[in-house]
Amino acid sequence: MNRARLVRIIGTYGVLIALAALVLFGFLRYDRFLSFYNVMTLLRYNSMFALVALGMCFVIMTGGIDLSVGSVAALGSVASALASPYGIVPGLTAGIGAGLVAGLINAILVTRANLMPFIATLATMQAASGSALLLAGNQTVSVSYESGFTAIGQGNLWTFPIPAAIAVVAYLIGSLVLNYTGTGRAVLAIGGGEDASRLMGLRTDRVKFLVYVASGGLAGLAGVILASQFGAGQPIEGVGWELFAIAAVVVGGTLLTGGSGSVVTTLAGVLLLGILFNVLNFENGMGWLSLSAYWQSVIRGLFLLAVVLLQARLTRRRLGAL
Amino acid sequence: MTPPDGPSPMLLDMRDIQKRFAGIPALVDASLSVRSGEVHALIGQNGAGKSTLIKVLTGYHRKDAGQVLFEGKPFEVHSPHQAQVNGISTIYQEINLVPLRSVTENICLGRERRRHGLLDWNAMHTEAERLLSRFSIRIDVRRPLGEFNTATQQMVAIARAIGFSARLVVMDEPTSSLDEREVGVLFSVIRQLKAEGISVIFVSHKLDELYEVCDRVTIMRDGRTVRSAGMKEINKLELVAAMLGRDVAAVEGHATAFGERDRSRIGDAMFSARGLRAGQAVRNVSFDLRRGEIAGFAGLLGAGRTETARLVFGADRASAGEMTMEGAAYHPDRPADAIAAGMGFCTEDRKGEGIVPEMTVAENLTLALLPKISRNGVLDESRQREIVERFIRELGIKCSGPNQKVRELSGGNQQKVLLARWLAMNPKLLILDEPTRGIDVGAKGEIQRLIRGLADQGLGVLMISSELEEVIEGADRIFVLRDGVSVTELEAEAANEEEVLTAMAHGTSASSEAAT
Repeated sequence: MNRARLVRIIGTYGVLIALAALVLFGFLRYDRFLSFYNVMTLLRYNSMFALVALGMCFVIMTGGIDLSVGSVAALGSVASALASPYGIVPGLTAGIGAGLVAGLINAILVTRANLMPFIATLATMQAASGSALLLAGNQTVSVSYESGFTAIGQGNLWTFPIPAAIAVVAYLIGSLVLNYTGTGRAVLAIGGGEDASRLMGLRTDRVKFLVYVASGGLAGLAGVILASQFGAGQPIEGVGWELFAIAAVVVGGTLLTGGSGSVVTTLAGVLLLGILFNVLNFENGMGWLSLSAYWQSVIRGLFLLAVVLLQARLTRRRLGAL
Repeated sequence: MTPPDGPSPMLLDMRDIQKRFAGIPALVDASLSVRSGEVHALIGQNGAGKSTLIKVLTGYHRKDAGQVLFEGKPFEVHSPHQAQVNGISTIYQEINLVPLRSVTENICLGRERRRHGLLDWNAMHTEAERLLSRFSIRIDVRRPLGEFNTATQQMVAIARAIGFSARLVVMDEPTSSLDEREVGVLFSVIRQLKAEGISVIFVSHKLDELYEVCDRVTIMRDGRTVRSAGMKEINKLELVAAMLGRDVAAVEGHATAFGERDRSRIGDAMFSARGLRAGQAVRNVSFDLRRGEIAGFAGLLGAGRTETARLVFGADRASAGEMTMEGAAYHPDRPADAIAAGMGFCTEDRKGEGIVPEMTVAENLTLALLPKISRNGVLDESRQREIVERFIRELGIKCSGPNQKVRELSGGNQQKVLLARWLAMNPKLLILDEPTRGIDVGAKGEIQRLIRGLADQGLGVLMISSELEEVIEGADRIFVLRDGVSVTELEAEAANEEEVLTAMAHGTSASSEAAT
């Protein structure tokens, strides 16, 4: 029983332990690792990924997947850049709205047309990417610097980056929804057994619908931050974001097959991956070894593989009775 | 069918329910009426329509015609959710809960307790504990359901059902995965529900259980309700006869195409099993098989026939018992061991475990044979063609040629392809699980003649069939299984339907019963 409990603890909090270890490693190895500048830059930059990963987390917990988040974020960045001359609110509305529309399409395809989430969101991924390019006229769209729109991505609340603050609020809401609402528990139940959940009387389609719409909306919001932070709507950004998000969710201990997961550890997963890049950058900067972007990809891939393998083992042991 | 006036008011009255799936009738004329505070048994063979009827009741399927009255009012629900809200909860055969989630969530999902709009976990944990304590179960309700044993999970399912303040609880084979003690606990729970005025529909194949806990019974066959009676008014033999559609008194001529027996073909002993045991499904099964003999397994659904066959074939492992094959001890760990020992197994689930519909006749037929007809991993196509053509000819497989997809063949011809696949391995012992299920009458006769012909050539055949005449006329010896125990062995010539039915119902044949 003690052993089972240990396994459970590692399964749930492993990512936090790994995160702490990585931070300690960086702190000991690099002078400016925990400098104010580095930490704030890290948080500002990774807030986009955090938002996308939050939506992905809910989708994966239902046993689904949303491959469209990257190109939906690109679409959102273009839409918000185009609306940015009219101010912050129109910019936000356009970006999130574009994301919600994409999410709505995913939701309809999955729950009404009964398409597999993989296929449905793959189609949306292509369509959103194309729409972004069409809307932007095949180039980046500069945002207005006069309307105040850039504050969303570049501004600070006192000294804390605004995009990171947005992400924190989103995660608080996400955690509340998951742990303290019937819909949140239904998300997990559906992932743990969709047929069983339906037979238990849960309205599975409605919950799944909400999850895809939310994922689209969060991707759109991430797009707004992207445009605002880098001063332009970027139709070709977002490539590979879905993989980063899936990786963060899985590293955070959420089962890729659904049914078990946590919002807080997803955030830890985002930070872990973000800090891993950061560490690799520092490593490059020290000149001991020079890791090209390609090598970084290989390392990240291996890291993810190791986590997934470990997770599979832990889960098997945890539910060994099944 | 008009329900008789009973002592307590009628809670549920389903009349003349009809339901078709893709044009195929599943329910033709099904009726079921349950009184308040009554435990009502619903029984029937596989495919009789019990599950469909229950799913119509619980809103999973929509009926095509008929009337449902619940508490005297017309009752029309379109989802399990609606049924639950209206007081009908269902516990499905395979426990339909979410093992990854906590016990509390599994009990409270769908009717969560809230405080200030948010979930009140403390109240929900207390509620779950309170419901479970009614059945004297004390567990950590915060832990995932999957960490507990099957019986506990079953109790959680029941706790969930009554937590919805159900008026009627439907239990679909709730005892199939429970041991005796756990069944005892379940029965005391059922009696408690009854005492509280809650009605129970109890689906089970274990006849003793019905007499122990049920008040009335409804028997279904081929989508129809064939009889409804008080448990005291009907004996086990009548029950079984009604389920199988046999008139206990009348046994007519030949109903199958097996033809006359020729006992001279039966040779020396080949296979024997003693005291096989595995889980709850197989508790004590012994039988043996001689060369050229067809041994038939008779028994009701859930008697452990298929499960025993799987033990013999190494698909599952026996926890106790001895098997010998051709005089040597035989302990298969996996089907490959059984195949190496010269066995073949045509499964009951032809579509799921047998044929690969998208592959051709030739590919399906030689699937298990590939290593033998390949040289250095490369398929020897001329040998393949030779084998395939031989079997198409010998078994009379009707197809446009070896390259036709198996999906396009009729059920009977698919079965022949499956038979051919095993025969091509040149087995000594062939296990056939429901070899003629879902096959039209003409093809059925062909398959039956084929089986007899194979036995004539010295093959030992273990045949499982739910069609009584198939076992009685086809087998040389009949082993009757009941609740996982091989209760009787009958020489086929001496056996008549009544004897087999009696053994299925009571566990002893009529002749031995007279002695006891």
